[in-house]
Amino acid sequence: MATATKKKLVQWGPAEVKAALLEKYPPKVGRKRAKQIMINEALQNDTPELTANVRTIPGIITMRGCTYAGCKGVIMGPTRDIVNLVHGPIGCSFYAWLTRRNQTDPGPDGENYMNYCFSTDMQEQDIIFGGEKKLAQAIQEAYDLFHPKSIAVFATCPVGLIGDDIHTVSKNMKEKFGDCNVYAFSCEGYKGVSQSAGHHIANNQVFRHLVGQNDEVKPGKYKINLLGEYNIGGDGFEIDRIFKKCGITCISTFSGNSTYDQFASSHTADLNAVMCHRSINYVADMMETKYGIPWVKVNFIGAKATAKSLRKIAEYFGEKELIDTVEKVIAEEMPEVEAALAEITPRTENKTVMMFVGGSRAHHYKELFDELKMKTISAGYEFGHEDDYEGRQVLPNIKLDADSRNIEELEVEADETRFKPRKSDKEMKALDKAGYKFKQYDGLAADMDKGTLIIDDLNQYEAEKLVELMKPDLFCAGIKEKYSIQKLGVPMKQLHSYDSGGPYAGFQGAINFYKEIDRLVNSKVWGFMKAPWQKNPQLSGSFNWE
Amino acid sequence: MLLRHTPTEITERTALTINPAKTCQPIGAMYAALGIHGCLPHSHGSQGCCAYHRSALTRHYKEPVSASTSSFTEGASVFGGQANMLQAINNIFTVYNPEVIAIHTTCLSETIGDDLPQIKKKAAAEGKVPEGRYLISASTPSYAGSHVTGFSNMVKAMAGMAEPTGKKNGKVNIIPGWVEPSDMEEIKRITGMIGVKTILFPDTSGVLNGPLSGEYKMFPEGGTTVAELQSTGDSKGTLALGEWCSADAARELDKKHKVPCSILDMPFGLMATDRFIDALRTIAGVSIPDEIVNERGQLVDMISDMHQYLYGKKVALVGDPDQLIAMTEFLVSMDMKPIHIVTGTPGKKFEKRIKELTKDMGCKVNVKAQGDMFLLHQWIKNEPVDLIIGNTYCKYIARDEDIPYVRWGFPILDRQGHQYFPTVGYKGGLRLLEKILGVLLDRKDRDDSESKFELVL
Repeated sequence: MATATKKKLVQWGPAEVKAALLEKYPPKVGRKRAKQIMINEALQNDTPELTANVRTIPGIITMRGCTYAGCKGVIMGPTRDIVNLVHGPIGCSFYAWLTRRNQTDPGPDGENYMNYCFSTDMQEQDIIFGGEKKLAQAIQEAYDLFHPKSIAVFATCPVGLIGDDIHTVSKNMKEKFGDCNVYAFSCEGYKGVSQSAGHHIANNQVFRHLVGQNDEVKPGKYKINLLGEYNIGGDGFEIDRIFKKCGITCISTFSGNSTYDQFASSHTADLNAVMCHRSINYVADMMETKYGIPWVKVNFIGAKATAKSLRKIAEYFGEKELIDTVEKVIAEEMPEVEAALAEITPRTENKTVMMFVGGSRAHHYKELFDELKMKTISAGYEFGHEDDYEGRQVLPNIKLDADSRNIEELEVEADETRFKPRKSDKEMKALDKAGYKFKQYDGLAADMDKGTLIIDDLNQYEAEKLVELMKPDLFCAGIKEKYSIQKLGVPMKQLHSYDSGGPYAGFQGAINFYKEIDRLVNSKVWGFMKAPWQKNPQLSGSFNWE
Repeated sequence: MLLRHTPTEITERTALTINPAKTCQPIGAMYAALGIHGCLPHSHGSQGCCAYHRSALTRHYKEPVSASTSSFTEGASVFGGQANMLQAINNIFTVYNPEVIAIHTTCLSETIGDDLPQIKKKAAAEGKVPEGRYLISASTPSYAGSHVTGFSNMVKAMAGMAEPTGKKNGKVNIIPGWVEPSDMEEIKRITGMIGVKTILFPDTSGVLNGPLSGEYKMFPEGGTTVAELQSTGDSKGTLALGEWCSADAARELDKKHKVPCSILDMPFGLMATDRFIDALRTIAGVSIPDEIVNERGQLVDMISDMHQYLYGKKVALVGDPDQLIAMTEFLVSMDMKPIHIVTGTPGKKFEKRIKELTKDMGCKVNVKAQGDMFLLHQWIKNEPVDLIIGNTYCKYIARDEDIPYVRWGFPILDRQGHQYFPTVGYKGGLRLLEKILGVLLDRKDRDDSESKFELVL
């Protein structure tokens, strides 16, 4: 298998593959797509090479979703004790109902609205005469039925067009109730160019309406927030287990298995650990400015990456007790990981994989494939920005287009009473001297081999073409892509919501992932696609038994 | 408890829908369009709609679902989506080259008032539609009706492709409604056995239940062909299965091209299948073959064999109007008691029809059109049932209330088989019965004490 793969790669160089991907397009489309396909040189330049976060071309079958999906589905979806009320026609709320595999533990208070789907189910008369009254009534009914501590309102496309003022309605209801925080998200699906705009809109409102609402100091040492972890398939549970074992106190997770109070208390933590750079770096930046909490990039996908991230957190706090516990935990957890790898890697080594997911996931999961000694021959994001590909040093040189400029940027200042530097200048200098990097992310390209193809906003046509030309052993994307790839005889793993299974984060998660990938790439089923008579169609012998 | 916040006490809600028993029009239009051979459904709106519909259909069928979108941004939403649509048409024919693009609208494009017929004309005038290729369109605002309405609207647009030649084709149009690919296959098997020549549209068999063979065809073998759709105007009549899903298209053919139509219930269960077969017999002027009579007899046989386990059992139903009407009749015909029945789709006619079907049951029946599953759950809390029949979302109620449950309807996200095994016709009735008895008797086996536990049931 390994030689076969090698042969194919020799046959098709990256430039040829790129040309083949583009050849069928109308010229204008071809020119645009050419800028979103990069043959990786991992230059780490200050100016982005690859164009990303730009409009999808109408008619070209994209993997992307909308701003509403990013806001309601991704960021706010996993919070269990907020009633998420969608203001719009029924579909938007229906499709985001339990489909992302966010797991939750209802905890001792038992409050959990995640299994419910709330909508104002706007009708024609609401579109014509306005839906504000219906929205206010729906908020009232939700309050009367459940008495939640918080109700979040989400706008769908027509809401922005007809001009319903969801923010004022929410504010009035909040004042009326007195004991329920009501706020709204202007996350109409047509805003921005992908889900990414929705993450930003969500985070702005979370920061504005939730963060800092509860100043009560929580017990525990080494307090951190984990930002950009959504507890798909229980990832967050595994990370929580590890934190607990290390003695790290996780004040809040944005937003896997989260509660209202976690967001409200998050400003009391002393470090922000950022998982999904794309969806959440905004919050980390704003919390640093307002409350003085520094942030570091972490990654709990991959056993080695998990160990590295734990060490990074321990080094920040700098206390021997924590550093020793973290080392002890790593020493305890790794033997099982290594045993699993020793068993599985002989069957996965040199297999090839392609990944087109998310805005950080394609990068995170490369760690796990590296551990399995598999080669990532092409990768990209569905809704990443330039900095997710090439590192944060390109940030000053990203040219914003009209779609991105329309997304609000909050002006944040240091909080008069609650801003508190977590480290003294001297401590910061010492960390810097030791090579400790805050706010640093080098992006996907830095970790990809030279000559591999990095493709932004890959579409269905290009996906098929890539598979046809490069014949990977495994393809990773989302549910919409899954079966067209599998029809070609190539196993496909969803890395948005994992199809089934998980967790894949942390140490136990890594073991789960190794087993899952072993299952996928070595499954017998891919050998059954042709019947015996199709494999050997030539007739020989006689038609009877004699 | 998964739905621990649902109170037993029912309070009136006028604005808040909780746990809907419907979704929006465009997904129905997309599903219907997949039943045209060589067709690419196109969603005229922001790209999230298309992504959600494709995901939902993919999860239900575990098959590729290709569809494109106009990818509206804020600019298009302000200035209108014509430029996006024209660009999309050009790109689609260049890159994917389908025979038909079936465009449906969304709440976004409807609210801003995009005029699809005009955009289609402009595309044709600008030479963006190659020879022998077609654009059809349906207006499917998400803020009216439900996914069923969207399905019906796209099927009506398909009927709009009819081009009568004046020479009858000797065929019967059958509009199956929103049923599974397996059901469409079964309808073709039945009509084939009877010897009636038909045009079935839409037909998702061979599209959404394809094989794994190492080849991917973006446009699979299945689907009603353009030629067949054009020929529907020459057919001798139309059988529309389901008032909600299929009647509008049938009436369109009647009104425009004088193709007479009969509106029947969807052929689920004994009696609705009887009426369907009988209608085929009369229209085609043929006698019914023994094989079909035997299949019917087998269904009657199983009902009589197992009647003791069905008799008097209370059932809660949720789903779409056409399916629920046929299912209610089927359950009543077996002396079961469907007592809570909800659809999210609007329609007073639905409530009236259900009341009629259940009037002799001798107990109170809760029925609601434009209702939701939160209400259904509350009804169940107030008067428990022995069985729930509905889509996958019912599993939360079934688990909380510990009630046997049969998955039937849309979407089914957690079990397989609906795309391969039909529930229409007599054979389909047998399968429904097998499923119903399976869960009821599993429950009996689970709950019976050791002394009452029996080998033979």
